[in-house]
Amino acid sequence: MKKPLQKFYAWLDERAKISDLVQFMGKKYVPVHRHSVWYYFGGVALFLFIIQVTTGILLLLYYKGSEQLAFESIQFIMSKVQFGWLVRSIHSWAANLFILAAVIHMFSVYFERSYRNPREITWLTGMLMLFLGLGFGFSGYLLPWNELAFFATKVGTDIAGVVPVVGKPLMIFLRGGEDVTGATLSRFFGFHVALFPGIFTFLLVVHLLLVQRQGMSEPLGLDAEHDRKTMPFFPNFMLRDVLLWLIVLNVLAVLAVFFPWELGRKADPFASAPAGIRPEWYFLFMFQSLKYVPPRILFLDGEVLGIGLFGIAGLIWLLVPFWDRKSARGLRSRTISYVGIGVVAYILVFTILGWFL
Amino acid sequence: MSSRPDDNAPLFPPPVAGQALPSAGEQRRDFLKLALGGGFIAWIAAVLYPVFSYLKPPKQAEVEVTNVKVGKLGQIEKDSGTIVRFGSKPVILIRTAAGDFHAFSATCTHLDCTVQYKKDIGVIWCACHNGKYDLTGRNISGPPPRPLEEYRVIVQGDEVSVSKKT
Repeated sequence: MKKPLQKFYAWLDERAKISDLVQFMGKKYVPVHRHSVWYYFGGVALFLFIIQVTTGILLLLYYKGSEQLAFESIQFIMSKVQFGWLVRSIHSWAANLFILAAVIHMFSVYFERSYRNPREITWLTGMLMLFLGLGFGFSGYLLPWNELAFFATKVGTDIAGVVPVVGKPLMIFLRGGEDVTGATLSRFFGFHVALFPGIFTFLLVVHLLLVQRQGMSEPLGLDAEHDRKTMPFFPNFMLRDVLLWLIVLNVLAVLAVFFPWELGRKADPFASAPAGIRPEWYFLFMFQSLKYVPPRILFLDGEVLGIGLFGIAGLIWLLVPFWDRKSARGLRSRTISYVGIGVVAYILVFTILGWFL
Repeated sequence: MSSRPDDNAPLFPPPVAGQALPSAGEQRRDFLKLALGGGFIAWIAAVLYPVFSYLKPPKQAEVEVTNVKVGKLGQIEKDSGTIVRFGSKPVILIRTAAGDFHAFSATCTHLDCTVQYKKDIGVIWCACHNGKYDLTGRNISGPPPRPLEEYRVIVQGDEVSVSKKT
């Protein structure tokens, strides 16, 4: 007699044809070479996203998204709810680690030219998820309704308002009015827990399906026949993935417990912006750049120019698979390396300046 | 004789007497295409219009504030700045070391942060991007593109109030 588990598998397989999938997974191999370590960061970002969904749902059980109650409800979570401090702290820390993992993943893909034909869609969905991740960070930052968040949101949405033609209506759409008020909080809450997760999940499914269908990209210049090694995706690579996830979870727990996330002071629309105010670290390089832009350059508003340049740079970066013709033909382009190193250096220098000045 | 049309003939020759016009069936099909296509576009518009209208927050009736009492003359220290609630907007009231009053919109003209009076250097300062204004509201350093909007300070007896400049 068959064991119940086997029987269940047979029952399911008869209906869902799982054995095809298992066979496919069994034939999937991950290339092994000296750059293999970069393959793991996408998985880490995925794991942190799962943590965010889980802790986010837990926070939703007590959070109240209104101007009068938001700050107090987080205070309640952190002081009264059992392990509420831990859940909130993990959510805040994992958000930051997620951005970090996604950024590392993005740059490794860039420098390995893994975006090249046929993986353009994988790159595009990944970049859109990174932008969405920044949107998650920006909208989630406001939800505790504290002083820093209030001014960060004022500045961030005002920046959207600088965009010519569509800026003003966009700003009013984001704020739910002329100013940052409880209406803004309601909208950001909706974006953070419904709109963004919906879009993100769709992009994630496409991204992961493509990774599974196409397999891992190999770096250019890897000698085709000589010394080529692989490991099976299942179970070898997946077990390593899971082991790393375990390590990440431990790091997260240590950070959340020993460096609990501050709540700060409740937002007061009639208080001055506090000295030393600055955005989250991943917006710091743009924030610091804006400090150096003079009010007017030729006939342009300094703001418009600064934000316009960042917008254009972002767009060029997003479209790299389409203008990097050389990598598509299997050749190593120096331009790509120089642009990449330039961008990394710019972000590092301005982040450090923003941190210490 | 070849049935191929002359190479020099126009691409869409004008109808000539005796040449076949589009049949009734073709005409009917064209009409249906147009009607369905137009109907579809109208349908899209009918769906999108309410959605976009919904996204636009309605204008809330706001009490027009023209004058706000701040407090007694004796309570406002020299060489200090206070944020005053002027309707829904913050206004900064500054009393200089000499005892003069100035009031400006406290909203930084750069990116909407709320400014403060920085005593040690005697300027109006925005913490967000290090913008500075002098005590006449003029933008003197950092990114702010315009001076702060000035308000009028009225001292009546020992009562200090701020009002909009007309």
